Amino acid sequence: MAQVHLRKVVKEYEGGVQAVKGIDLDIADHEFVVLVGPSGCGKSTTLRMIAGLEEISGGEIDIGGTVVNDVPPRDRDIAMVFQNYALYPHMTVYDNMAFGLTLRKFDKGEIKRRVENAAKILDIGMLLDRKPKALSGGQRQRVAMGRAIVRDPKVFLFDEPLSNLDAKLRVQMRTEIKKVHQTVRTTTVYVTHDQVEAMTLADRVVVMNHGKIEQVGPPQELYHHPKTRFVAGFIGSPSMNFIPARLEEVGSGLVVRMTDRAVLPVPAARTARYAPHVGRELLFGIRPEHLTEPHPNEHRPSIAHFEAAPEVVEPMGMETLLHFWVEGHEICARFDPAVEVAPGKLAAMAVDMDQMHLIDPKTDLVL
Amino acid sequence: MSASTASTIVSYTGKKLGSLRSERRWALWTAYASLIVATIIFLAPPFYMLVTSLKSSSEISNLSGNPWIVRAPTLENYMELIANPLFRGFFVNSVIITLCVVAISMVISVLAAFSLARMKFWGSQALATGVFLTYLVPDTLLFIPLYQIVGSLGLLNSIWGLILIYPTLTVPFCTWIMIGYFASIPKELDEAALIDGAGWMQMLTKIFIPVALPGIIAATIFAFTVSWAAFVYPTAFVTTPEHMPLTIGVVSQLIRGDTFAWGQIMAGALMAALPPVVVYAFLMDYYIAGLTAGATKG
Ligand SMILES: Nc1ncnc2c1ncn2[C@@H]1O[C@H](COP(=O)(O)OP(=O)(O)OP(=O)(O)O)[C@@H](O)[C@H]1O
Ligand SMILES: [Mg+2]
Repeated sequence: MAQVHLRKVVKEYEGGVQAVKGIDLDIADHEFVVLVGPSGCGKSTTLRMIAGLEEISGGEIDIGGTVVNDVPPRDRDIAMVFQNYALYPHMTVYDNMAFGLTLRKFDKGEIKRRVENAAKILDIGMLLDRKPKALSGGQRQRVAMGRAIVRDPKVFLFDEPLSNLDAKLRVQMRTEIKKVHQTVRTTTVYVTHDQVEAMTLADRVVVMNHGKIEQVGPPQELYHHPKTRFVAGFIGSPSMNFIPARLEEVGSGLVVRMTDRAVLPVPAARTARYAPHVGRELLFGIRPEHLTEPHPNEHRPSIAHFEAAPEVVEPMGMETLLHFWVEGHEICARFDPAVEVAPGKLAAMAVDMDQMHLIDPKTDLVL
Repeated sequence: MSASTASTIVSYTGKKLGSLRSERRWALWTAYASLIVATIIFLAPPFYMLVTSLKSSSEISNLSGNPWIVRAPTLENYMELIANPLFRGFFVNSVIITLCVVAISMVISVLAAFSLARMKFWGSQALATGVFLTYLVPDTLLFIPLYQIVGSLGLLNSIWGLILIYPTLTVPFCTWIMIGYFASIPKELDEAALIDGAGWMQMLTKIFIPVALPGIIAATIFAFTVSWAAFVYPTAFVTTPEHMPLTIGVVSQLIRGDTFAWGQIMAGALMAALPPVVVYAFLMDYYIAGLTAGATKG
């Protein structure tokens, strides 16, 4: 069990490619931190530097109070689960899990106790004599986790452990990983490009983009208070709608004007925050789930109403997605499936302006 | 190969396009026919050797009658050979040479391949290519310089000279095979081992060698074959019978002037061919067992 600190960590591959551009991150004991971001943003590189599989070009990594920059992987007391599991094909499940302990000269009884305990946690007791090739994807994944658990390391590192599984199993194993973490409480760094995985697993989510950290925070905070346009667009599915709009003063209040016909009032609570930006061209951001059918019993003043004709209607079962265009920008709305909507027919919509965001297009920061 | 070609031809020309069963039967027939022809071609010489080795000298020299049939089978050729200390010496020499050569080749090529495939160091790529290029140099070209080298070491006319030379023929190719096998092992496997606490040597012995066992067996078979069947080098480098391996011993000692002891030559050749057959039969099973399956997803 340990804390992990990254200070100004840089990774430069030969050829001058900076994959990680100086990131700072403090991970608390027992914490489950998820690194998330688009492909190529440097998540794996960061994780592999913590593991010691990549050299650190600059900065410092500290695990449990020791700077580990020059410590080889085996002495860092970490365990890693790989995307393709990396099970030793010639060893049984038992030997796969025992390998690390055998190399560390644990005595036979202790190894047996630990392997059996891990097998119990992961429910793979009946597979211990099998070779990896006789296991299903989900079972291999469990064995890979078992190999990490038996070591009882300071830190667990996961690199996209679920992306080789089919959708259903992925959800199941996600729950499994969360359960395991709640049992063993080992500090965990988990890499994924799937924001749903990030949101559901993490105590704190680290959103990365182009080798930098965009924002760090608990899932709810990232969802409700994104700091940058990238985070606003990355977290949430379907992703947030962005429409260019001008912030204007009307009487004592503010409005966002997208077109002459589409003008939406800004809630009074935001007036002070947005006042300095009056008259500027900004990006108006609203999530599809805050753009819905009108609810007759909802009388909050911040709910604005308008009509639009969806061009595409996608029934998803638990919801219906409506796509329409404003000034050449595609907007997505999320309707209750009970509401009847048809492509091309005007539909009444309600916007929850309490959930709006304004983004400065010059800095890409959320105001 | 021939089966699939045949089936395509049928589907293009035959009227019964889409009749999978007849297409398949056609393919099977062609496959069996070509296999039988190939088998006959390949097995005719050893069969003739066997027939001849079972004949007495008088029966061999008797030119009347079908030479493919033995009228009075006898083991006298085998008995005489086994009783001949010279022949037993050839056999022992061949065994010593081959065991040493296989061991030397495998140790060198596994270590070389591991470092070339996994330890990225300056020039490792060029070295790997270089190793393969040496294999492309014809043996016969190396013949004279090697003769000089072995001569200056005083190892001419000795099995140790051969043990020194054969690895120059086997190591490049064995290394090349092993580089291929090692390179196909997913990088995550060594990383997992590294994190589990393995050093380079443990990674090699506990992970790479067991996982690449089919490759090691393939390379072993190659080294064994080269060394057991070598003919040109021992012909040139060994002159006295007590240092000869089987290949040249049988021909040089069983031909006295212009008298060919055909029966014994054939019996000797067959006995010489026996160890490779045994080795192949024994190792093929391991070779075919695909050990890499299940290392990663898929
Ligand atoms: N060995 C390498 N040499 C040079 N550049 C590399 C190397 N490995 C990775 N990179 C580059 O570093 C950047 C970050 O790679 P990284 O693997 O960390 O991405 P990632 O966030 O894990 O992406 P993904 O979700 O696709 O796995 C990429 O632009 C990649 O091209
Ligand atoms: Mg990655």
